[in-house]
Amino acid sequence: MKPAPFGYHDPKTIEDAVALMAQLENVRALAGGQSLVPMMNFRYAMPDHLIDLNGVAGLDMLEIGDNIRMGAMLRQRRIEFSEELRTACPIIHEALLHVGHRQTRNRGTIGGSLCHLDPAAEMPAMMLLLDAQMMAFSVRGARMMRVDEFAIGFMTTALEPDELLTEIRLTPWKPGHGYGFHEYARRHGDFAICSAGVLIEADLKGAVSRLAVVVGGLGPVPQRLYETESAAIGQPISAKLVEDIVAVAGQVETMSDAHVSAEYRSHLAGVMTRRAMTTAIARLGVKVHV
Amino acid sequence: MSETRTITVELNGRSYTRTIPTRLLLADFLRHEIDLTGTHVGCEHGVCGACTVLVNGTSARSCLMFAVQADGQNITTIEGLAEVNGSLSVLQQCFHEHHALQCGFCTPGILMTLTEHLRDNPEPDEVELRTLLTGNLCRCTGYQAIVKAGLEAARCMREQGGLK
Repeated sequence: MKPAPFGYHDPKTIEDAVALMAQLENVRALAGGQSLVPMMNFRYAMPDHLIDLNGVAGLDMLEIGDNIRMGAMLRQRRIEFSEELRTACPIIHEALLHVGHRQTRNRGTIGGSLCHLDPAAEMPAMMLLLDAQMMAFSVRGARMMRVDEFAIGFMTTALEPDELLTEIRLTPWKPGHGYGFHEYARRHGDFAICSAGVLIEADLKGAVSRLAVVVGGLGPVPQRLYETESAAIGQPISAKLVEDIVAVAGQVETMSDAHVSAEYRSHLAGVMTRRAMTTAIARLGVKVHV
Repeated sequence: MSETRTITVELNGRSYTRTIPTRLLLADFLRHEIDLTGTHVGCEHGVCGACTVLVNGTSARSCLMFAVQADGQNITTIEGLAEVNGSLSVLQQCFHEHHALQCGFCTPGILMTLTEHLRDNPEPDEVELRTLLTGNLCRCTGYQAIVKAGLEAARCMREQGGLK
């Protein structure tokens, strides 16, 4: 199991990187390599040229303020150990602990995970939950995309063959928001069979003022429950509300594969959503009894 | 013919310069170019953890890195843990005393993973070590003795004031 031969390029600037992406045929960008290199070892992926982004300056930023900016080459390790990010946006940290293992998070990057776009991966689901904006860069310049514009199909992004994902931007929720992330995998660190993430804000009367719910691993890409979220605004936070959302999560269109039936996945979607809702409500700054 | 590059790697405190094909994995570079066969190659797709080494002090799968990416980097392998005179590191000694290995195939990766973790977390608990070790597959021991050796090594290092 060894990769097929390829031309290796290690540009130092983003301009040089996208120039190479534009010039060369059958080219892949190498980020942390924790998904691409296994695929190359198996020869599922046989790029003629590899553009190694590890030496490109300026792609590993982590800026936390009113908005959060993450460079595509920001290592998962730095996300995990940033106390500042954990305070501003704790659900990213919580979900990240399920991404692979210590050794893979040391090298794996946020951008690599988003571009690989495994249906069960945690980071695409989190970026969808947080309404993140993705910045793509090429010789034609930069463009921004929402996550639902970026994640267009099974392991398929809207990036053109010569475009690189360079940055992710998102706005953290208000301090005191509730958050919960749960997933089910057969072993810790495996790809999840199903995951669910919830962010919630409440008013002083204990009614929902803002809600976001995402489920991952069910379809080709993670899915938000937009209609249910809107319908929940203004409703009292109650066991009935939780069960209404659980019921919707259980009805999301779901894939079957050799290991897991669609019926079982749908069941797990309900269970994970209930746990994520309950955890998020319990963590609200405004105390609500369900 | 594969494209080649000349690289210089700082490996266990020594500098090595070699001309290698760019598609050569770091694990194969260590084993076949430098003849350091202590780093084991198990699954070759980043799942088993047997090939774990330290890259600039942080653990990484050497089957998921190309040797060319190690150019100018500092690499530590299992061969770099013992003292020059052959005396074992505290962690290695604890593995020996607690029978924390049977066939030994996974051991190099586990020692590298624990070396990093105990350096950064001198007071680990059992749950923490078990979670950490999800990244290293062992099919012999059932992990009981590995966890025990890891906890014991941490205790010894605290008493001695640091690693080694």
